[in-house]
Amino acid sequence: MKQGTQTWVFKNKPKIISSSAVVGPDEANGPLKDSFDKTFPTLEMEEKSWEKAEQALLKEAIDLALKKKSISKGEIDLYIGGDLINQLTINSFVIRDYSIPYFGVFGACSTSMEALTLMAALVDGGYVEKGIAATCSHNCTVEKQFRYPTEYGSQKPPTAQYTVTGAGAAVVAINGEGPYIECATVGKVNDLGLTDPFNMGGAMAPAAVDTIIAHLNDMNRKPSDYDLILTGDLASVGHPIVKDLLQKENVPIESTTFKDCGLMIYDLENQPVNAGGSGAGCSAVVTYGHIMQELKKGNLKRVLVVATGALLSPLTYQQGDTIPCIAHAVSIVGRGVKG
Amino acid sequence: MSKVKKQPYKKMNMSPQEYQSFAKTKVPKTNLFINCLKAFLIGGTICCFGQAITDMYIHVFNFSKEDAGDPTVATLIFIAVLLTSLGVYDKFGQFAGAGSAVPVTGFANSMCSAALEYRSEGLVLGVGSNMFKLAGSVIVFGTVAAFLVGIAYMVLGIEGH
Repeated sequence: MKQGTQTWVFKNKPKIISSSAVVGPDEANGPLKDSFDKTFPTLEMEEKSWEKAEQALLKEAIDLALKKKSISKGEIDLYIGGDLINQLTINSFVIRDYSIPYFGVFGACSTSMEALTLMAALVDGGYVEKGIAATCSHNCTVEKQFRYPTEYGSQKPPTAQYTVTGAGAAVVAINGEGPYIECATVGKVNDLGLTDPFNMGGAMAPAAVDTIIAHLNDMNRKPSDYDLILTGDLASVGHPIVKDLLQKENVPIESTTFKDCGLMIYDLENQPVNAGGSGAGCSAVVTYGHIMQELKKGNLKRVLVVATGALLSPLTYQQGDTIPCIAHAVSIVGRGVKG
Repeated sequence: MSKVKKQPYKKMNMSPQEYQSFAKTKVPKTNLFINCLKAFLIGGTICCFGQAITDMYIHVFNFSKEDAGDPTVATLIFIAVLLTSLGVYDKFGQFAGAGSAVPVTGFANSMCSAALEYRSEGLVLGVGSNMFKLAGSVIVFGTVAAFLVGIAYMVLGIEGH
């Protein structure tokens, strides 16, 4: 049901009955290492290309999410997934072996919450009984497609972000146990004219501000109604900008815990990740790993995940265009909380 | 949960120009002096190392001063390619900045990294057509610059040697 201008409230409480987070070696050395279901010791994942390695990562995440609750492929009515690679080949190629109805979606690094929003709406509306929403990214496929060859020795500025190697999957169902998806705010595309692809946090920050304010207004809430507001991958440049901009608009963001997946996943002091993590897998593995665990334990009750995406391509950047950005917010509520 | 939010929060109202100048203030400053110093020292060290290799070819292998240049360049290329293949050169480049871009080793790294990256697309469509992806513009503009300098020499009537 639509509420306000751009928020969907899910009356039937679609639940995340199972979720998984699978990562590569750098994330496995980060502060959230204990929250992942599986970690690969190398970036190659014993595959012959980076693209195949990313497929292996996603397949593992899907299989683990199903296996955890002994769900068979046949029970899944729909798969919605996305990644950052041209034509969404990672998702399409993985899902060809599953024989599940499939939608591929792209929202750059906001894809995780885009897929989850769509799945929640379809489950809430009765079109899907049980579906999977999954997202992935791989550091090397992204470097190869968007930047330079992985072994090229260029110096990156401190605003640059490090793409997370990781895949996260959530099984959303109308029946079953688990945190439920309360509502979601669909973001608008924002472009305030930044052009530097090595400062995506700065480019994406206004999109996050726009969506957070829209969400709070649509739901008639204040930041403290959430135990945690979590942005996707704004990292050490974008995240403080969002905080400043929200405070400037008199949104008391300091009244809640305000974090960023890109800052949580790595140890910025000791890992060579510049400003922090990014990528479609970043918010997916943090949300479907760490956040789900905290919701289940009861340490968190209501969380707003605001996944941010920079909708650029190498072509638009080379043609000197600005970077359009988007953010989608999903409110996830732990068990035992009255809505 | 309390529902005492009186009025909606105001939407962000910044013009692109205002935001761009605001965002600029939030970008951490790179220390230009330290970066230059690092580039100078590391670039210089690589050049000194190259000179040592030249001297080795002259004194140990009895090359003439002119002939020693070729095997020196080949040796530097070999070392840069080896370090690229071992996954070390990119980390070195992040630290050294422009210092690791000194022509021979930086050029070798740009070609080797592209060749490695596109090996999965085959020898012809992958390695062959992508190897010069980064180095290509160096060759194009290097050739154009050489041509213009040649014209200048001709017009001014200066001998090349």
